[in-house]
Amino acid sequence: MDRASVTARLSSRVAIRALVALCWCLLLAGCAATSAQRGTGDLGIVIERADGRVAIVETTARRILAKVEGLGDLSHASAVFSRDGRYAYVFGRDGGLTKVDLLGARIVKRVMQAGNSIGGAISQDGRLVVAQNYDPGGIKVFDAVTLELLAEVPTGSKVVGLVDLPGNRFAYSLFDKGEIWVTDLADPRRPHTRRFPAGMHPYDGLVTPDGRYYLAGLFGEDGVALLDTWQIDKGVRKILENYGRGEEKLPVFKMPHLRGWAIAGRHAYLPAIGRREVLVVDTERWQETRRIPVKGQPVFVMARPDGRQVWVNFAFPDNGWVQVIDTLTGQVVQTLQPGKAILHMEFTPRGEQVWLSARDDHAVVIYDTQTFARLDSLPLQSPSGIFFASRAARIGF
Amino acid sequence: MRLIVLMIVSMLYVMPKAWAEPDIARQRELIHWVRQDCGSCHGLRLTGGLGAPLTPEALRDKPMAGLVATILYGRPGTAMPAWQAFLSEGEAEWIVRQLQQGFPRESR
Repeated sequence: MDRASVTARLSSRVAIRALVALCWCLLLAGCAATSAQRGTGDLGIVIERADGRVAIVETTARRILAKVEGLGDLSHASAVFSRDGRYAYVFGRDGGLTKVDLLGARIVKRVMQAGNSIGGAISQDGRLVVAQNYDPGGIKVFDAVTLELLAEVPTGSKVVGLVDLPGNRFAYSLFDKGEIWVTDLADPRRPHTRRFPAGMHPYDGLVTPDGRYYLAGLFGEDGVALLDTWQIDKGVRKILENYGRGEEKLPVFKMPHLRGWAIAGRHAYLPAIGRREVLVVDTERWQETRRIPVKGQPVFVMARPDGRQVWVNFAFPDNGWVQVIDTLTGQVVQTLQPGKAILHMEFTPRGEQVWLSARDDHAVVIYDTQTFARLDSLPLQSPSGIFFASRAARIGF
Repeated sequence: MRLIVLMIVSMLYVMPKAWAEPDIARQRELIHWVRQDCGSCHGLRLTGGLGAPLTPEALRDKPMAGLVATILYGRPGTAMPAWQAFLSEGEAEWIVRQLQQGFPRESR
């Protein structure tokens, strides 16, 4: 081997080593940018409603990881998650739809899709994000990757209670028209919609965790509209009719919210409109089995993931209280005062903690659901909705 | 005599009322309350939601008395409840005036 070829071989070796070193550097830098490789199973977001900002939080260490600014009017904001749990789609009051990367702590894409919006849902296959709008009333269908508009279904009414159903279908209610609509998005660009009369002023809706029954709570009358989506031709049937027995309703200072968390075991726990009661319904016969008196008019009635407890918060002026119902006895077992203006609650995926937003204390407070001990308090400005990424895997969330 | 009483009463009704303005602390409470709690239906920016928009443009042609009555007694057949247990007529009128002028932001 002559001298020249030895030198060449040596220098190529050096070059390869340098290249390998460079690759490592790039790899490490890439990791640092996403704050080390990690999953999102214990992550979530909290809405800071007055500042157009969301905080990215972690439930394992109970800490705020980052804040993301620039999400517009979040007066009434809600979020759904991509099926890999990495992205949150945040729906704002001003019609903004923002895709937030939980790991990168940044906005990936943001579109203004309506004048006034209330929430949204994601399809079973994760490919479609659907927004429900007040103005102009209707739903809009977006590509979950690009947020490109694929289709819209105008309703001529404010839309509430949008949920995903198996088969890339979506159910929702028309506040002004008193109807439930089910839109099939098997072909996203050609929505196919069926309409059902529901009752006066549906205010929100939920789908049972198995994706079968869609329920719309009615504001304009005592009762709940029920649609069996496995036997959709049978149409809507009214349950819990006249639960107020014609008694005078209390003024309702805040609309209750419904979602699949209302189901614990074989029972649904629903807020009674204009009454200081939680209604318990047998989900096999769809009949009222019990009503539980509580401290105020319920807003959120949420079952812990194991269904053993149901946590209830209340409308103004009782919004400083939270009560816990034991589902075995049907009794209120705890009455808590977690803070001023408790707007929302969210359980960790398996329910050992509950996070509550105390809007007027500018804090999210965290309780142990077994001992009811207060574990922590995180400083956040006017917090409202709390959404954990574990929602990604649940029908109706 | 009756006529005079009626005239005085109706004048009192029509004349701008000399309500004492709510004091600063109460004003701050009312601003917070309108933004946050009325805001759950009408939006923090009062641009509407389930409830109607409460912007100056939206309220421009609406009479004061009707708006005050809506706040105090609600609107039957809609989701607007009666708030009279929580505020006086004077405070409701102060709120309407602020809404018509462009509602103040909350101070932090």
